[in-house]
Amino acid sequence: MSINATLLAQCLVFLALVWFTMKFIWPQVLEAIDQRNKEIADGLEAAARGRSELDAAQGRIEQLVSEARSQASEIIEQANGRASRIVDEAREEGERERLRLVESAHSEIERETMQARDELREQVAELAIAGAEKILQREIDAGVHGAMLQRFANRI
Amino acid sequence: MAAESGDGGSAGYIEHHLTNYQWPSGDGGFWTLHLDSLFYSVLLGVLFAGSFYFAARRATAGVPGRWQSFVEMLVDFVNTQVKDAYHGPSKLLAPLALTIFCWVFLMNFMDLVPVDLLPEIGLLLGIEYMKVVPSTDLNITFGLSLTVFVLIIVFSIRAKGLGGFGREIFFKPFGKWLLPFNVTLKVVEELAKPMSLALRLFGNLYAGELIFILIALFTLGNTLTSLVTSAAAFSFVVQFALGLAWALFHILVITLQAFIFMMLTIVYLSMASEEH
Repeated sequence: MSINATLLAQCLVFLALVWFTMKFIWPQVLEAIDQRNKEIADGLEAAARGRSELDAAQGRIEQLVSEARSQASEIIEQANGRASRIVDEAREEGERERLRLVESAHSEIERETMQARDELREQVAELAIAGAEKILQREIDAGVHGAMLQRFANRI
Repeated sequence: MAAESGDGGSAGYIEHHLTNYQWPSGDGGFWTLHLDSLFYSVLLGVLFAGSFYFAARRATAGVPGRWQSFVEMLVDFVNTQVKDAYHGPSKLLAPLALTIFCWVFLMNFMDLVPVDLLPEIGLLLGIEYMKVVPSTDLNITFGLSLTVFVLIIVFSIRAKGLGGFGREIFFKPFGKWLLPFNVTLKVVEELAKPMSLALRLFGNLYAGELIFILIALFTLGNTLTSLVTSAAAFSFVVQFALGLAWALFHILVITLQAFIFMMLTIVYLSMASEEH
Protein backbone atom coordinates (compact mmCIF):
# COMPACT_ATOMS: atom_id res chain seq x y z
CA MET A 1 0.00 0.00 0.00
CA SER A 2 1.83 3.02 -1.19
CA ILE A 3 1.07 6.28 -2.88
CA ASN A 4 2.23 6.23 -6.48
CA ALA A 5 1.39 7.34 -9.98
CA THR A 6 -1.94 5.56 -9.80
CA LEU A 7 -3.12 8.67 -7.99
CA LEU A 8 -2.30 10.94 -10.93
CA ALA A 9 -3.94 8.58 -13.38
CA GLN A 10 -7.02 8.49 -11.19
CA CYS A 11 -7.13 12.31 -11.11
CA LEU A 12 -7.07 12.42 -14.89
CA VAL A 13 -9.79 9.78 -15.20
CA PHE A 14 -11.86 11.68 -12.65
CA LEU A 15 -11.53 14.98 -14.51
CA ALA A 16 -12.40 13.31 -17.80
CA LEU A 17 -15.50 11.73 -16.28
CA VAL A 18 -16.62 15.01 -14.72
CA TRP A 19 -16.10 16.80 -18.03
CA PHE A 20 -18.09 14.14 -19.85
CA THR A 21 -20.92 14.32 -17.34
CA MET A 22 -20.96 18.10 -17.49
CA LYS A 23 -21.00 18.11 -21.27
CA PHE A 24 -23.13 15.19 -22.36
CA ILE A 25 -25.24 13.97 -19.46
CA TRP A 26 -26.24 16.66 -16.98
CA PRO A 27 -27.66 19.38 -19.28
CA GLN A 28 -29.64 16.93 -21.42
CA VAL A 29 -31.25 15.14 -18.50
CA LEU A 30 -31.94 18.35 -16.63
CA GLU A 31 -33.49 19.92 -19.70
CA ALA A 32 -35.77 16.94 -20.15
CA ILE A 33 -36.81 17.18 -16.50
CA ASP A 34 -37.42 20.92 -16.67
CA GLN A 35 -39.37 20.64 -19.89
CA ARG A 36 -41.53 17.88 -18.52
CA ASN A 37 -42.12 19.90 -15.36
CA LYS A 38 -43.23 22.81 -17.50
CA GLU A 39 -45.52 20.60 -19.55
CA ILE A 40 -47.05 19.18 -16.40
CA ALA A 41 -47.57 22.67 -15.01
CA ASP A 42 -49.18 23.74 -18.28
CA GLY A 43 -51.36 20.67 -18.23
CA LEU A 44 -52.50 21.35 -14.70
CA GLU A 45 -53.26 24.92 -15.57
CA ALA A 46 -55.24 23.85 -18.61
CA ALA A 47 -57.13 21.36 -16.49
CA ALA A 48 -58.02 24.07 -13.96
CA ARG A 49 -59.14 26.35 -16.78
CA GLY A 50 -61.23 23.56 -18.28
CA ARG A 51 -62.82 22.92 -14.92
CA SER A 52 -63.80 26.55 -14.43
CA GLU A 53 -65.16 26.66 -17.98
CA LEU A 54 -67.13 23.53 -17.23
CA ASP A 55 -68.57 25.19 -14.14
CA ALA A 56 -69.59 28.24 -16.16
CA ALA A 57 -71.20 26.01 -18.80
CA GLN A 58 -73.01 24.09 -16.08
CA GLY A 59 -74.42 27.36 -14.75
CA ARG A 60 -75.51 28.41 -18.20
CA ILE A 61 -77.15 25.06 -18.76
CA GLU A 62 -79.07 25.33 -15.53
CA GLN A 63 -80.25 28.79 -16.49
CA LEU A 64 -81.32 27.60 -19.92
CA VAL A 65 -83.11 24.60 -18.48
CA SER A 66 -85.03 26.67 -15.97
CA GLU A 67 -85.96 29.15 -18.70
CA ALA A 68 -87.13 26.33 -20.90
CA ARG A 69 -89.09 24.84 -18.04
CA SER A 70 -90.90 28.10 -17.31
CA GLN A 71 -91.60 28.58 -21.00
CA ALA A 72 -92.97 25.07 -21.24
CA SER A 73 -95.26 25.56 -18.25
CA GLU A 74 -96.41 28.84 -19.75
CA ILE A 75 -97.18 27.12 -23.01
CA ILE A 76 -99.00 24.34 -21.21
CA GLU A 77 -101.04 26.90 -19.30
CA GLN A 78 -101.91 28.71 -22.50
CA ALA A 79 -102.86 25.43 -24.13
CA ASN A 80 -105.02 24.48 -21.17
CA GLY A 81 -106.78 27.82 -21.30
CA ARG A 82 -107.31 27.52 -24.99
CA ALA A 83 -108.59 23.99 -24.66
CA SER A 84 -111.14 24.92 -21.99
CA ARG A 85 -112.20 27.86 -24.08
CA ILE A 86 -112.70 25.60 -27.07
CA VAL A 87 -114.68 23.18 -24.95
CA ASP A 88 -116.82 26.05 -23.61
CA GLU A 89 -117.40 27.38 -27.07
CA ALA A 90 -118.34 23.94 -28.30
CA ARG A 91 -120.69 23.53 -25.39
CA GLU A 92 -122.38 26.86 -26.07
CA GLU A 93 -122.62 26.03 -29.74
CA GLY A 94 -124.19 22.73 -28.90
CA GLU A 95 -126.62 24.38 -26.54
CA ARG A 96 -127.55 26.91 -29.21
CA GLU A 97 -127.98 24.15 -31.75
CA ARG A 98 -130.13 22.22 -29.35
CA LEU A 99 -132.31 25.24 -28.67
CA ARG A 100 -132.56 25.91 -32.36
CA LEU A 101 -133.56 22.32 -33.05
CA VAL A 102 -136.07 22.31 -30.25
CA GLU A 103 -137.49 25.60 -31.51
CA SER A 104 -137.79 24.38 -35.03
CA ALA A 105 -139.33 21.14 -33.81
CA HIS A 106 -141.84 23.15 -31.77
CA SER A 107 -142.72 25.34 -34.66
CA GLU A 108 -143.02 22.30 -36.90
CA ILE A 109 -145.30 20.67 -34.39
CA GLU A 110 -147.32 23.87 -34.09
CA ARG A 111 -147.56 24.21 -37.81
CA GLU A 112 -148.62 20.62 -38.29
CA THR A 113 -151.13 20.95 -35.48
CA MET A 114 -152.59 24.05 -37.12
CA GLN A 115 -152.66 22.27 -40.42
CA ALA A 116 -154.34 19.24 -38.90
CA ARG A 117 -156.82 21.47 -37.12
CA ASP A 118 -157.61 23.32 -40.30
CA GLU A 119 -158.07 20.06 -42.16
CA LEU A 120 -160.22 18.77 -39.33
CA ARG A 121 -162.26 21.92 -39.36
CA GLU A 122 -162.80 21.68 -43.05
CA GLN A 123 -163.74 18.01 -42.74
CA VAL A 124 -166.12 18.83 -39.87
CA ALA A 125 -167.62 21.59 -41.87
CA GLU A 126 -168.05 19.27 -44.82
CA LEU A 127 -169.42 16.63 -42.49
CA ALA A 128 -171.76 19.17 -41.00
CA ILE A 129 -172.81 20.27 -44.39
CA ALA A 130 -173.33 16.70 -45.45
CA GLY A 131 -175.28 16.08 -42.28
CA ALA A 132 -177.20 19.23 -42.88
CA GLU A 133 -177.89 18.25 -46.40
CA LYS A 134 -179.31 14.94 -45.19
CA ILE A 135 -181.42 16.75 -42.64
CA LEU A 136 -182.46 19.34 -45.17
CA GLN A 137 -183.51 16.73 -47.54
CA ARG A 138 -185.89 15.54 -44.88
CA GLU A 139 -187.17 18.74 -43.38
CA ILE A 140 -185.58 22.00 -44.04
CA ASP A 141 -186.66 25.00 -42.42
CA ALA A 142 -184.10 27.64 -42.93
CA GLY A 143 -185.77 29.88 -40.52
CA VAL A 144 -185.74 27.33 -37.78
CA HIS A 145 -182.44 25.59 -38.43
CA GLY A 146 -180.27 28.37 -39.77
CA ALA A 147 -179.42 29.79 -36.31
CA MET A 148 -178.54 26.31 -35.00
CA LEU A 149 -176.21 25.55 -37.90
CA GLN A 150 -174.55 28.80 -37.44
CA ARG A 151 -173.85 28.05 -33.79
CA PHE A 152 -172.59 24.61 -34.69
CA ALA A 153 -170.16 25.87 -37.25
CA ASN A 154 -168.85 28.48 -34.84
CA ARG A 155 -168.09 25.95 -32.15
CA ILE A 156 -165.58 24.15 -34.32
CA MET B 1 -13.52 -20.18 -0.26
CA ALA B 2 -10.63 -21.89 -1.91
CA ALA B 3 -6.95 -21.71 -1.39
CA GLU B 4 -5.27 -19.68 -4.01
CA SER B 5 -1.60 -19.50 -4.83
CA GLY B 6 -1.24 -22.21 -2.26
CA ASP B 7 1.37 -21.23 0.27
CA GLY B 8 1.17 -19.07 3.36
CA GLY B 9 -2.08 -20.25 4.96
CA SER B 10 -4.46 -17.57 6.23
CA ALA B 11 -1.84 -14.86 6.47
CA GLY B 12 -0.71 -15.54 2.92
CA TYR B 13 -4.31 -15.58 1.72
CA ILE B 14 -5.07 -12.23 3.33
CA GLU B 15 -1.87 -10.63 2.15
CA HIS B 16 -2.47 -11.89 -1.35
CA HIS B 17 -5.89 -10.27 -1.33
CA LEU B 18 -4.48 -6.95 -0.17
CA THR B 19 -1.81 -6.70 -2.83
CA ASN B 20 -2.35 -4.72 -5.98
CA TYR B 21 -1.30 -5.81 -9.42
CA GLN B 22 1.57 -3.41 -10.04
CA TRP B 23 3.24 -2.20 -13.17
CA PRO B 24 6.17 -2.01 -13.44
CA SER B 25 5.95 -4.70 -10.83
CA GLY B 26 7.44 -4.58 -7.44
CA ASP B 27 10.19 -1.95 -7.45
CA GLY B 28 8.11 0.32 -5.21
CA GLY B 29 9.03 3.62 -6.88
CA PHE B 30 6.57 6.41 -7.39
CA TRP B 31 6.02 5.64 -11.07
CA THR B 32 4.30 2.42 -10.31
CA LEU B 33 0.73 1.94 -11.49
CA HIS B 34 -1.87 -0.22 -9.77
CA LEU B 35 -3.33 -1.64 -12.93
CA ASP B 36 -6.12 -3.53 -11.19
CA SER B 37 -7.44 -0.46 -9.35
CA LEU B 38 -7.17 1.66 -12.48
CA PHE B 39 -8.76 -1.01 -14.65
CA TYR B 40 -11.80 -1.37 -12.41
CA SER B 41 -12.15 2.33 -11.72
CA VAL B 42 -11.99 3.16 -15.43
CA LEU B 43 -14.32 0.29 -16.25
CA LEU B 44 -16.87 1.46 -13.71
CA GLY B 45 -16.43 5.08 -14.80
CA VAL B 46 -17.11 4.09 -18.39
CA LEU B 47 -20.08 2.02 -17.25
CA PHE B 48 -21.49 5.05 -15.44
CA ALA B 49 -20.78 7.53 -18.23
CA GLY B 50 -21.97 5.17 -20.95
CA SER B 51 -25.22 4.14 -19.32
CA PHE B 52 -26.07 7.69 -18.28
CA TYR B 53 -25.12 9.00 -21.71
CA PHE B 54 -27.48 6.41 -23.18
CA ALA B 55 -30.29 7.87 -21.08
CA ALA B 56 -29.29 11.50 -21.69
CA ARG B 57 -29.08 11.11 -25.46
CA ARG B 58 -32.56 9.69 -25.70
CA ALA B 59 -34.00 11.87 -22.95
CA THR B 60 -37.45 13.12 -23.87
CA ALA B 61 -39.79 15.46 -22.09
CA GLY B 62 -42.54 12.94 -22.80
CA VAL B 63 -43.15 9.74 -20.89
CA PRO B 64 -39.73 8.54 -19.73
CA GLY B 65 -38.60 4.93 -19.84
CA ARG B 66 -37.50 3.10 -16.75
CA TRP B 67 -33.82 3.80 -17.14
CA GLN B 68 -34.45 7.44 -17.95
CA SER B 69 -36.67 7.71 -14.89
CA PHE B 70 -33.93 6.24 -12.73
CA VAL B 71 -31.31 8.60 -14.16
CA GLU B 72 -33.66 11.54 -13.72
CA MET B 73 -34.32 10.50 -10.16
CA LEU B 74 -30.59 10.55 -9.41
CA VAL B 75 -30.08 13.82 -11.26
CA ASP B 76 -32.96 15.40 -9.42
CA PHE B 77 -31.71 14.08 -6.09
CA VAL B 78 -28.20 15.46 -6.66
CA ASN B 79 -29.62 18.70 -8.00
CA THR B 80 -31.67 19.17 -4.85
CA GLN B 81 -28.64 18.59 -2.64
CA VAL B 82 -26.55 21.03 -4.65
CA LYS B 83 -29.25 23.69 -4.68
CA ASP B 84 -29.72 23.40 -0.93
CA ALA B 85 -26.05 23.94 -0.15
CA TYR B 86 -24.68 26.04 -2.97
CA HIS B 87 -25.99 29.34 -4.27
CA GLY B 88 -23.34 30.23 -6.82
CA PRO B 89 -23.65 30.10 -10.58
CA SER B 90 -21.48 27.04 -11.15
CA LYS B 91 -22.26 24.71 -14.02
CA LEU B 92 -19.57 22.37 -12.76
CA LEU B 93 -20.60 21.51 -9.24
CA ALA B 94 -23.79 19.54 -9.89
CA PRO B 95 -22.32 17.27 -12.60
CA LEU B 96 -19.26 16.84 -10.38
CA ALA B 97 -21.47 15.74 -7.51
CA LEU B 98 -23.40 13.33 -9.71
CA THR B 99 -20.18 11.82 -11.04
CA ILE B 100 -18.77 11.40 -7.54
CA PHE B 101 -21.92 9.81 -6.18
CA CYS B 102 -22.39 7.30 -8.98
CA TRP B 103 -18.75 6.49 -9.52
CA VAL B 104 -17.87 6.08 -5.86
CA PHE B 105 -21.00 4.00 -5.35
CA LEU B 106 -20.05 1.70 -8.22
CA MET B 107 -16.47 1.38 -6.96
CA ASN B 108 -17.74 0.60 -3.48
CA PHE B 109 -20.20 -1.86 -4.95
CA MET B 110 -17.32 -4.04 -6.12
CA ASP B 111 -17.00 -4.89 -2.44
CA LEU B 112 -20.20 -6.93 -2.70
CA VAL B 113 -18.81 -9.11 -5.46
CA PRO B 114 -17.61 -12.34 -3.85
CA VAL B 115 -14.03 -11.75 -2.72
CA ASP B 116 -12.50 -14.63 -4.60
CA LEU B 117 -14.53 -14.59 -7.78
CA LEU B 118 -12.67 -12.06 -9.88
CA PRO B 119 -9.17 -12.79 -8.50
CA GLU B 120 -9.65 -16.49 -9.29
CA ILE B 121 -10.70 -15.64 -12.83
CA GLY B 122 -7.63 -13.37 -12.96
CA LEU B 123 -5.42 -16.27 -11.87
CA LEU B 124 -6.81 -18.39 -14.67
CA LEU B 125 -5.84 -15.59 -17.07
CA GLY B 126 -2.36 -15.43 -15.55
CA ILE B 127 -2.87 -12.28 -13.47
CA GLU B 128 -1.22 -13.02 -10.17
CA TYR B 129 -2.63 -10.26 -8.00
CA MET B 130 -5.94 -8.50 -8.23
CA LYS B 131 -7.74 -6.09 -5.90
CA VAL B 132 -11.21 -5.58 -7.31
CA VAL B 133 -12.44 -2.74 -5.08
CA PRO B 134 -10.84 0.50 -6.33
CA SER B 135 -11.95 2.47 -3.28
CA THR B 136 -9.83 0.26 -1.02
CA ASP B 137 -6.80 1.76 -2.78
CA LEU B 138 -5.51 4.95 -1.20
CA ASN B 139 -4.36 6.18 -4.60
CA ILE B 140 -7.89 6.07 -5.91
CA THR B 141 -9.49 7.83 -2.95
CA PHE B 142 -6.76 10.44 -2.84
CA GLY B 143 -7.02 10.86 -6.58
CA LEU B 144 -10.63 11.88 -6.04
CA SER B 145 -10.09 14.02 -2.97
CA LEU B 146 -7.04 15.88 -4.29
CA THR B 147 -8.94 16.75 -7.44
CA VAL B 148 -11.67 18.12 -5.19
CA PHE B 149 -8.97 19.97 -3.25
CA VAL B 150 -7.71 21.64 -6.42
CA LEU B 151 -11.27 22.56 -7.28
CA ILE B 152 -11.73 24.09 -3.81
CA ILE B 153 -8.78 26.39 -4.48
CA VAL B 154 -10.03 27.19 -7.98
CA PHE B 155 -13.50 27.99 -6.64
CA SER B 156 -12.02 30.17 -3.89
CA ILE B 157 -9.94 32.19 -6.28
CA ARG B 158 -12.78 32.52 -8.74
CA ALA B 159 -15.20 33.71 -6.07
CA LYS B 160 -12.90 36.08 -4.15
CA GLY B 161 -10.14 36.85 -6.61
CA LEU B 162 -6.49 36.11 -6.00
CA GLY B 163 -6.23 38.99 -3.52
CA GLY B 164 -9.27 37.92 -1.57
CA PHE B 165 -8.00 34.37 -1.38
CA GLY B 166 -4.59 35.64 -0.23
CA ARG B 167 -6.20 37.85 2.43
CA GLU B 168 -8.13 34.85 3.64
CA ILE B 169 -4.92 32.85 3.98
CA PHE B 170 -2.78 35.52 5.59
CA PHE B 171 -5.03 37.83 7.62
CA LYS B 172 -7.89 35.71 8.84
CA PRO B 173 -9.07 34.97 11.42
CA PHE B 174 -6.57 36.80 13.70
CA GLY B 175 -5.53 39.86 11.73
CA LYS B 176 -2.16 40.73 10.26
CA TRP B 177 -0.13 40.62 13.48
CA LEU B 178 -0.62 36.88 13.86
CA LEU B 179 0.13 36.06 10.25
CA PRO B 180 2.03 32.77 10.86
CA PHE B 181 -0.83 31.44 12.93
CA ASN B 182 -3.29 32.40 10.27
CA VAL B 183 -1.32 30.60 7.57
CA THR B 184 -0.82 27.50 9.69
CA LEU B 185 -4.48 27.37 10.60
CA LYS B 186 -5.60 27.82 7.01
CA VAL B 187 -3.22 25.18 5.69
CA VAL B 188 -4.31 22.68 8.29
CA GLU B 189 -7.96 23.52 7.67
CA GLU B 190 -7.65 23.12 3.95
CA LEU B 191 -5.48 20.01 4.01
CA ALA B 192 -7.83 18.36 6.45
CA LYS B 193 -10.54 18.37 3.80
CA PRO B 194 -8.93 16.10 1.18
CA MET B 195 -7.30 13.99 3.87
CA SER B 196 -10.57 13.32 5.66
CA LEU B 197 -12.44 12.72 2.39
CA ALA B 198 -9.92 10.19 1.14
CA LEU B 199 -9.19 8.46 4.43
CA ARG B 200 -12.85 8.13 5.40
CA LEU B 201 -13.77 6.41 2.16
CA PHE B 202 -10.62 4.31 2.14
CA GLY B 203 -10.96 3.29 5.78
CA ASN B 204 -14.58 2.24 5.53
CA LEU B 205 -14.13 0.23 2.39
CA TYR B 206 -10.80 -1.27 3.36
CA ALA B 207 -12.24 -2.45 6.65
CA GLY B 208 -15.31 -3.82 4.91
CA GLU B 209 -13.20 -5.66 2.38
CA LEU B 210 -10.99 -7.04 5.13
CA ILE B 211 -13.99 -8.41 6.96
CA PHE B 212 -15.21 -10.12 3.81
CA ILE B 213 -11.75 -11.67 3.48
CA LEU B 214 -11.80 -12.79 7.12
CA ILE B 215 -15.23 -14.33 6.66
CA ALA B 216 -13.90 -16.14 3.61
CA LEU B 217 -11.17 -17.66 5.81
CA PHE B 218 -13.76 -20.00 7.33
CA THR B 219 -13.61 -22.36 4.43
CA LEU B 220 -10.02 -21.67 3.41
CA GLY B 221 -8.42 -24.89 2.22
CA ASN B 222 -11.72 -26.74 1.95
CA THR B 223 -12.50 -28.55 -1.24
CA LEU B 224 -15.95 -29.48 -2.48
CA THR B 225 -15.39 -33.11 -1.56
CA SER B 226 -14.42 -32.25 2.01
CA LEU B 227 -17.82 -30.62 2.52
CA VAL B 228 -19.21 -34.02 3.50
CA THR B 229 -17.44 -33.83 6.85
CA SER B 230 -19.60 -32.14 9.43
CA ALA B 231 -16.92 -29.65 10.53
CA ALA B 232 -16.40 -28.38 6.99
CA ALA B 233 -20.13 -28.20 6.37
CA PHE B 234 -20.54 -26.24 9.58
CA SER B 235 -17.84 -23.73 8.63
CA PHE B 236 -19.48 -23.41 5.22
CA VAL B 237 -22.81 -22.56 6.84
CA VAL B 238 -21.13 -20.08 9.20
CA GLN B 239 -19.36 -18.38 6.32
CA PHE B 240 -22.60 -18.15 4.37
CA ALA B 241 -24.51 -16.64 7.30
CA LEU B 242 -21.81 -14.15 8.23
CA GLY B 243 -21.14 -13.21 4.62
CA LEU B 244 -24.83 -12.59 4.01
CA ALA B 245 -25.22 -10.49 7.14
CA TRP B 246 -22.15 -8.40 6.42
CA ALA B 247 -23.11 -7.94 2.75
CA LEU B 248 -26.59 -6.72 3.70
CA PHE B 249 -25.13 -4.28 6.18
CA HIS B 250 -22.51 -3.25 3.68
CA ILE B 251 -25.16 -2.17 1.18
CA LEU B 252 -25.87 0.67 3.59
CA VAL B 253 -22.21 1.45 4.09
CA ILE B 254 -21.30 1.76 0.43
CA THR B 255 -24.29 3.96 -0.34
CA LEU B 256 -23.68 6.11 2.70
CA GLN B 257 -20.00 6.55 1.91
CA ALA B 258 -20.76 7.57 -1.66
CA PHE B 259 -23.35 10.03 -0.38
CA ILE B 260 -21.00 11.46 2.25
CA PHE B 261 -18.23 11.95 -0.29
CA MET B 262 -20.62 13.78 -2.60
CA MET B 263 -22.21 15.84 0.15
CA LEU B 264 -18.90 16.96 1.64
CA THR B 265 -17.60 17.89 -1.79
CA ILE B 266 -20.65 20.09 -2.31
CA VAL B 267 -20.26 21.64 1.13
CA TYR B 268 -16.53 22.29 0.73
CA LEU B 269 -16.99 23.85 -2.68
CA SER B 270 -19.86 26.05 -1.55
CA MET B 271 -17.82 27.14 1.46
CA ALA B 272 -14.97 27.95 -0.89
CA SER B 273 -17.14 30.27 -2.95
CA GLU B 274 -18.47 32.23 0.01
CA GLU B 275 -16.79 34.91 2.07
CA HIS B 276 -15.95 33.87 5.60
